[in-house]
Amino acid sequence: MQFQFESLADFLQMAGHGPYVWLAYGVGFVVLGWLALRPVLERRQVLRQIAREQRRQQQREQSAQVDH
Amino acid sequence: MWQWFHRLGSPRWFYQKTERWVPWLAFITVALLTCGAVWGLGFAPPDAKQGNSFRIIYLHVPASFLALAGYYIMAVAGAVGLIWKMKLADIVMKSAAPIGAALTFIALFTGAVWGKPTWGTYWVWDARLTSMLILLFLYLGVVALQYSYSSQDAANRASAILALVGTVNIPIIYKSVDWWYTLHQPATIKLTSAPSMHPDMFKPLVVMILGFYCFYALVLILNVRVEILRRERRTRWVNDLA
Repeated sequence: MQFQFESLADFLQMAGHGPYVWLAYGVGFVVLGWLALRPVLERRQVLRQIAREQRRQQQREQSAQVDH
Repeated sequence: MWQWFHRLGSPRWFYQKTERWVPWLAFITVALLTCGAVWGLGFAPPDAKQGNSFRIIYLHVPASFLALAGYYIMAVAGAVGLIWKMKLADIVMKSAAPIGAALTFIALFTGAVWGKPTWGTYWVWDARLTSMLILLFLYLGVVALQYSYSSQDAANRASAILALVGTVNIPIIYKSVDWWYTLHQPATIKLTSAPSMHPDMFKPLVVMILGFYCFYALVLILNVRVEILRRERRTRWVNDLA
């Protein structure tokens, strides 16, 4: 197995096909990255919301105790 | 067997079981995709006819594979949810839809970019390309249906029926290159015969396909876990997590 290109410039150009190859890989990997990142961010958001609801619930319980 | 079936249907059990799988799966996925992409881009020999543009195959074929495999997963999950009212199956169906749509988009996009230097055009309305576009719309249809009902049960039923009806499209996609005269080249890999590709070109493709399977499993599990938290937010065990 051997690297198929003489230089980095050669590798980027790919004998004229470079723009097509790199565009396909660029967009492809951006979409893959977005797919992987999305559930991580959503998970954080959902856990934050649940924590916020818990705090609100505690406050309600405390104020109910003061009223009595 | 039935005990296993019931446990698998329990969102809580799934959430706790997959906790330990995620880091391993993520590690394997990144390793396979990096290795496959570097190998395919730099070390695989150029194609005799297509030159370097053929390197797009290492993204195009795995994405198309998973776009189709993901549809089976979505449709089967939809059917299981419809028949046995299994909570986890409905969650899997919902989570599989946007992933499948994104992978179908990658397949179509890389195909179009590959088509320009090879066929001289980005797009033609031929059987394979059109049936893949229909696949994208089926996925997007399921995503849209999930948001268009106020009751989650009604949304699940409608999505599952659309997903099941849409399975008609799957054999059409597979067979389109044989049934119709098309620009798209016939399948590179067939289960029934040796690959029509030199081993030096074929090996990185296998690495990429394995990488995409792992990626799919990882992203599906991550999405299912988030959806479980969302739907079980009122339960004690989820509240203990936050």
